Amino acid sequence: MSAVCSALLPASATSPSNLIRPMNFDWTAATAALPDLLQGLELTIFIAVAGLIGGTVLGVLTAVALNYGGWLLQAPAQAYVALIRGTPIVVQVMFIYFALPIMLGIRLSATSAAIITLIVNSGAYTAEIVRGALDSVPAGLREAGLAMGLGFRKVLTYVIAPIAFRRALPAMGNQVVAVVKDTSIFLVIGVGELTRRGQEIMSQNFRAVEIWTAVALIYLILISMLTISLRFVERKSRLP
Amino acid sequence: MSMIEFKQTTKRFGSHLVLHPLELAIGSGEVAVVVGPSGSGKSTMLRCINVLETISDGDLRVDNISVRGSSRDIRRIRLEAGMVFQQFNLFPHLTALENVMFGPIRARGRSRAEACEIAAALLEKVGLAERMSHYPSQLSGGQQQRVAIARALAVEPKLMLFDEPTSALDPELRQEVLKVMQTLAVEGMTMVVVTHEMSFARRVGSRLLFLDKGHLVHDGNPVELLSAPPSDRFRDFLQHVH
Ligand SMILES: Nc1ncnc2c1ncn2[C@@H]1O[C@H](COP(=O)(O)OP(=O)(O)O)[C@@H](O)[C@H]1O
Ligand SMILES: [Mg+2]
Repeated sequence: MSAVCSALLPASATSPSNLIRPMNFDWTAATAALPDLLQGLELTIFIAVAGLIGGTVLGVLTAVALNYGGWLLQAPAQAYVALIRGTPIVVQVMFIYFALPIMLGIRLSATSAAIITLIVNSGAYTAEIVRGALDSVPAGLREAGLAMGLGFRKVLTYVIAPIAFRRALPAMGNQVVAVVKDTSIFLVIGVGELTRRGQEIMSQNFRAVEIWTAVALIYLILISMLTISLRFVERKSRLP
Repeated sequence: MSMIEFKQTTKRFGSHLVLHPLELAIGSGEVAVVVGPSGSGKSTMLRCINVLETISDGDLRVDNISVRGSSRDIRRIRLEAGMVFQQFNLFPHLTALENVMFGPIRARGRSRAEACEIAAALLEKVGLAERMSHYPSQLSGGQQQRVAIARALAVEPKLMLFDEPTSALDPELRQEVLKVMQTLAVEGMTMVVVTHEMSFARRVGSRLLFLDKGHLVHDGNPVELLSAPPSDRFRDFLQHVH
C-alpha cells in the first residue's frame, strides 16, 4: 500500500484482521428487533392508509375538475398537479413540516405532516390516473346516457364512473404500492415508521445486515399481500 | 300538431354550415327515412332533435318543446326522443337486462321491480328473452343493437331516432334489427331513421328525405321517389348505395 493511501485511511482499516473480517451474522438481533419493527410497520400502514384515502378523494375531485370543470376549476387543478409532479416528495414534506407552519402560524406533528404530504402527493398522481381513465370512456356511452334524459351528474355516476373505475384499477394498484413505499421517506422528519425504526435499532447494535434484511422482508411481505389483494379486486371487477 | 318541427333551423360547426336553413315538419306516427351521401348532415340533423348538438339559428320544437329551452326542457325532449346509435353504445358493465332497466330506473325514477318487468317484456319483444343475463360483449352485433332499441323504448319515448342502426352490422345480421324497427313502425311509433337500406325506406317509410351538403333536396313518398328519382343528384346517390 502506498504511503498516500495509508495516510488517508484510518489505522484500523489497514490492519489485516479488519480487511478480511469473517462474516458472522447474528439473526437473533433481527428477531429481537421485531416487536419494535412491527410497531413501525403499524405506523407505516396507518400513514399509508390515511394518505391513500385522502389522496384518492382529492385525486378524484381534481380529475373531475380537470375534465368537467370550467377554467375556474381547471386552472388551480392544473397548477396543483404540475406543482406536485414537478417537485420531489422529500422537498414537499420538508416544506409542509418546516415552512408551512411558519407561514400559517400553526403547529404540526411529524405524523400529521407525513399524512398531509401523502394526501397531497398521491392526490396529484391519482388525478392523472383518474383523468386518463375518465377520458378513455367512449363518448358514445356518455351520449347514450344523456340521450335518455339523464343529467350529466347521473351519467357521470352511473355510466362513466363504473367504467373508468375498472380502467383505473391497474394504475391505481401501482399507486397504492408507491404510496406504501413512499412512507419510508418520512424518516427525514423523524416519523417512527418502519424504516426509521430500522435505522434507530441499527444505530444501537450496528447489525446492518440483519436489521435491513428484516426491514426489507417486512416491506416485501406487506407489498406482496397488497399486490395479491389488488389482483383479486381486479379479477372480481373485470368484465366478461 | 307536428311531433318535430324544424323552423329555419341551421347548424354550424365553426364557420362550416352543416345544416342550411331547414324547414320541415314530421307528424305523429310518421316514419321519416333520411338518406344522403356521407357528410351531408344526416347525423347532425338527428342529433339536433334530441339536443346532442345545439342548433345555431332558427328554432326546432319536439312535441312543442323548443330545443332552445331550459335544461329541464332539454331533459323532457330527451325523455320523449329515444335514440339508437350506429355503434350501439350499450353500457359494457351492465347485462342486457340491466341495460334496459337503466332508463326506467335512472331517467324515469321507477323501482327496480317495475323496471325489471318493463325490461323483460321489451327484451322478449326484440327476441332476446334468452339473452337477458348476457353482457354486451357476449352478444352479436345484431343482438346488441336489438338490446339498444329495447333500452331506448324502456324510457317510454314518443318518438325514436335511429342513426344508421345497421351500418356497423354484417349483412346477415341486419334483417333481425330491421324487422324489430318495422314492428315498431307498424305499431305507430313516430320514427326518424337515417339509413342506407333503401328496401326498408320503400317498405316501411312513410316519407323519404334526401339530404345533400346540408340541404333538404327531396321530401316525398319513398316509393315514388325511389321509382322515379327526380334529380341527377338523387339518381347518382342511389347508384352509389346499390
Ligand atoms: N363535432 C363536429 N365538429 C366539426 N364538424 C363536424 C362535427 N360533426 C360533424 N361535422 C361535420 O359536419 C358535416 C356533416 O356531418 P354528419 O352530420 O355526421 O354527416 P352524415 O351523418 O350525413 O354523414 C361533415 O362535414 C362533418 O365533418
Ligand atoms: Mg352519420
